[in-house]
This record gives sequence, C-alpha cells and structure tokens, in this order.
Amino acid sequence: MRRLSWFNATSLTLGFAFLYLPMVVLVVYSFNANKLVTVWAGFSTRWYGELFRNEAFLDAAWVTLRVALVSSTLATILGTAAAYVLVRGGRFFGRTLFSGMLYAPLVMPDVILGLSLLLLFISIGLDRGMITIILAHTTFSMAYVAVVVTSRLVAFDHSLEEAARDLGCNRWDAFRLVTLPIIAPAVISGWLLGFTLSLDDLVIASFTSGPSSTTLPIKIFSAVRLGVSPEINALSAILIGIVTVGVITTSLMSKRAIAKRIRDENRAET
Amino acid sequence: MAEKPRKPKPITDLFAPWTDPDAKPLIEFRSVTKKFGDFTAIDDLTLDIYEKEFFALLGPSGCGKTTMMRMLAGFESPTEGEILLGGKNMVGIPPNERPVNMMFQSYALFPHLSVWDNIAFGLKRDKMPGDKIATRVEEMLRLTRLEQFARRKPHQISGGQRQRVALARSLAKAPKLLLLDEPLGALDRKLREETQFELMDIQEKTGTTFVIVTHDQEEAMTVASRIAVMDHGKIIQVDTPAQVYEMPNSVYVADFIGDVNLIEGTATRTGPDLCEIRFHEGEPPITAEVTSEISDGQTVTYAIRPEKIRVSRDQPEDRSNVAFGKIIDIGYLGNVSTYHVELADGQMVKAAMTNATRVARRDFTWEDEVWLSWRESAGVVLTQ
Repeated sequence: MRRLSWFNATSLTLGFAFLYLPMVVLVVYSFNANKLVTVWAGFSTRWYGELFRNEAFLDAAWVTLRVALVSSTLATILGTAAAYVLVRGGRFFGRTLFSGMLYAPLVMPDVILGLSLLLLFISIGLDRGMITIILAHTTFSMAYVAVVVTSRLVAFDHSLEEAARDLGCNRWDAFRLVTLPIIAPAVISGWLLGFTLSLDDLVIASFTSGPSSTTLPIKIFSAVRLGVSPEINALSAILIGIVTVGVITTSLMSKRAIAKRIRDENRAET
Repeated sequence: MAEKPRKPKPITDLFAPWTDPDAKPLIEFRSVTKKFGDFTAIDDLTLDIYEKEFFALLGPSGCGKTTMMRMLAGFESPTEGEILLGGKNMVGIPPNERPVNMMFQSYALFPHLSVWDNIAFGLKRDKMPGDKIATRVEEMLRLTRLEQFARRKPHQISGGQRQRVALARSLAKAPKLLLLDEPLGALDRKLREETQFELMDIQEKTGTTFVIVTHDQEEAMTVASRIAVMDHGKIIQVDTPAQVYEMPNSVYVADFIGDVNLIEGTATRTGPDLCEIRFHEGEPPITAEVTSEISDGQTVTYAIRPEKIRVSRDQPEDRSNVAFGKIIDIGYLGNVSTYHVELADGQMVKAAMTNATRVARRDFTWEDEVWLSWRESAGVVLTQ
C-alpha cells in the first residue's frame, strides 16, 4: 500500500467526518443511560429495550415494512413492463410523450406529487390508509425502476431474444426464459431502490396516510417535534445498522461476481 | 477434422439439383420485395434453393443479404411476394413455428445458461422427453467436439468454442434449413479457415440445407455449392463458385469476386465465337472467345484474371494475345507475386505468377520491360 500524503489524508478525514460524524454521535448517544439526550451518563442498552416495548413504534415499523414490500414489488412489475415497451416496442404513437412522462415523478417535487395524489384520492372517494400509501409509493418508485431497467435493456443484445424465438419461444417465453434472467440484476436493484425510497419517504406518505396507518418516518418526525427522546436514537441506530449491512453485503457480492467473471474469461482464452 | 484435405471438386458438380428441371426446390422466393419506409432492401427477387445445398448469399453491406436471411427466419416479412419452404407459404408464420434455425453473427448464446442448457434450450421448448434431450445434446456436443465444456458458461470458453456452441444449438432441433449469419466473422484468419472446413463437414454429415450470409468472397467460394452475388437488393448472378469466378455475367460480379483486369473497348466479330476488342490506338486488339450476342462496334468490357496472364522477357510465339509493357510495381505475397505492368498507352494490367522456385533473386524487377501474353479463352467479354 502507498502511504497517503498529508494533504490527501486530511481531505479524506474531513470528508468522512463531514459525512459520518452526525451518525456516529447518534449511535453513541443511543447507548446513553441518561434520559437527557445530550448528557452522557454511562453505557446502557436500556433505550433499545424501551423501543421494543413501544407498541406505536412497532406498529409503524410494521406498516412501513408492508408498504415498502408491496409498493416496491408492484413498482418493479410496472416499471419493468414500461421499460420493456419503451426499449423494445419499436416506434408507436405517443412513445416520446410516454417516455417523458414516465420520468416526470423523478423531477417532480415530492410535495406536489403528494398533494396531487391526495386530491385524486379524495375526489374518487378512496379512504386514506395503507392502500393509498402503497399506491402513492408505487407511482414514484415505478419511475425509478423504469430508469434502471431501461439502461440495462438498452445494453442488451437484441439477438438473444431473437435466438430464443428462433428456438421455439413465443414472445412471453422469450421474455421469461431469456430476457428476464439476464436483466434480473437491474430488476433487483430497481426493487431495492423502490424499497429504500418507500422506507425513507416522509413527504408523500404524510399526504396520503390516514389516521389508522402511520409509517415509521412519520412517527419519528412527529415524535421529534415533541423533543428528541433516546428511544429515537436507538431506532435510528438500528436503521443505520440495517442499511450498512445491506450495502456492504451487496457491494461485496457484486465485487466477487465481477472478479470471478474476469478470472473465468481469462482462463477461457488461454 | 480440420486437417483433412478437401476433396477435389470437379467444375461440373455431381450434386447439382439446380440443373435438374424436375427437382423441387426447398426454398422459393417468388418476386419478393421488402421495403423499410422508402428504402427498398429487396427488389422483386426470385430465387430457388434446393435441399442439401450449401448456399451463400454474398454481397457488400447493405445489399440486402441479411434481410433475405431474416425473412427466411421469420423476423421480417416481405412487403410483396411470397416465400415458400417445402412448397408452403411462410409469410406470416412466426419464427418459433418454422422448421428453420439460425446461427447469429453475435452467436447470441444465453449467458445465464451452461453450454449444455444452451444446446438443450430449443429441444425443451418442443416438450421433448428428458432422456431424449440428453441423448440429442450429447450427440451435438460430440459433433462439435465440445464434450468437456458442457458444464461451462459461455463466458468461460474461447471465441472458437462459442462459435461451435452456437452451431450445435442451432442444429440441435434438426431444422430443415439452417441459416448462418456471418458465422465466422468474429474468428481470426487461421481459425476461420479451419472452421470453414468443419462447417462443410458438418453440413455433409447432417444433410441439412445451409444458407450462409457473408461479405467474404473467399469464405463463400470455399464452403458454398452455389453463390448468389447480390447488389442493391437484386441478385446479379447465381452460380457455382467456379462459374461465378470464371464466367462472371457482369462487370460487377467479375470485380467483386477476386482480382481482375477490366479493359474497355469496342468489339468486332471475327469468327463464329471469336471477336476482336480494340481498346487503344497503337495497341494490337485483343482476340477473345465470346459466347454472348454482340454487335459490331459495341462497347464491351474485357475481364481477365491476373493469374491467366503470363509474364515473360521474350516475345512468346504460342499465344494469340501479347502486349508489351514495363513493371511498375510488384506485390510479393509469398506463394504468388502480382506484377503491375504499364502498357505503352498507360493502361495498367495486373499479372500474377506463381513463385514455384525458391530463389533469392526473382526473374523480374521494377522497371523491367516484359511481354504479357494470354490465350483467347483466358478472359471474358462482358456487355453489362
């Protein structure tokens, strides 16, 4: 390993501090025994215990998880279908308009998206609850999935599908047996993206949620308005832990897959 | 397999169903036209291809050869006309319902499946029982010498092996017709030559009709029983490789296939099948055999291959055509040398001589004055 120059070392330290210091503080204080968040009174896991006895938080977490699972799955199906039609459907009437409109939720401010969905749900008389959050999240996640899957489909060799058809597949079988397995990584990352966005979303969920269904971000936000409690710190620390494990696992997996592929290809040519 | 020398092929092929008026063609293109918007890719084309043929569609890129292949596979359908396979009109039948398989230029191997599963893919679609699939796949692996790679994924094998997997996969369903789209384009020269002989061998073993698309005239000449030379959506000539080379019907074909000298002049009939071509004042006219109808004074192009012309230091007595000139350039290719000779009037003529002996010093060098000579049957008189 090359030694870092003092300039590089300093900028690296500053950069990391800027990014991660707030989180480190949060995690450290989640183990604080004191009820006052900012006064350190020794190590304790007390707040984690309290958190798991707090029904309201657990309910909200459960709702969030279900919303995220269902909406990201729906968004993946719709987004993949949209991407497939846009890339493979050839030129059809309204294609440009459709592809432009598909990306609109990416640039639309959340407040406007949330408000318009709220107005829609009210005007069609749909009671706000988990269903409306799921619908709302599906709407914007779908756009993200479509973007991710489109980029993979564009790079995809069209003759693979033709080969499948040539060997006896109808269009659906060709998609199911050849296209889908090959674009699976993009579909999965689209799903993960939708899942994270849904977990994360506060603005749209607060427009579309009802009194019976509160998601975790809404719960945390409203709890913090009454004052930061150590329980919130503990909850946030858990969330950080989950995300960290997830990110590290996926990056290790993809790194290993790439390394294996390069090794295989080198071996194949010799 | 690749090392085995090719059987000498007589000019009159024993296998020549196209000369038999009773033979029923496997594929019939009947005045087929294909347009993409304003662009006419195939222009009112009629063509018969017979069973067990190794048929080559040859032409520069954009000549419509790939479109013809894609229409046979079912990926495109003709704008006008019909395409018959075994007497049945194929227009409108999707690719998955045709007894036709295709080997793609990019090979299009399924990257997520092993070599074995790639070959079995088409058989599984036919709902063939498992043990029969296994037998057939093993057979294909043996045919293409891929037994030890069956469990590998496409990215774990070399380019040449991938090419053989693609071939095995397209042959597995025992199609009536196999289409090969530039099948050897991605291989290096040495491997390509080996593979050409392998392809011919496999074609003979399986008895399948092969239609190959290529822009490489040497490849077409090597593998094909007949070649269709195409240009701008039309077929210019369909014939055996030897016929296409020795008896081109047009300047385009003569120029596209191999190396050729094209000399323009005016023809005068001098005998029942002889004519004289005057191409320049002061040069003696060329005496040439002629089979087509020509009228006196007609402008014709005389096409003669470089290897038909002899280069000598002394004026030869035994040849009907002689010309005197100076060597401007020599292209040394090892087995042959091509001499670029300038005649007195500035006309350049290429002559190729085999380097039969191993000598450090060649007979001719730059600026040497030499005699060129050839027989009256050596060249072809072309009117179009």
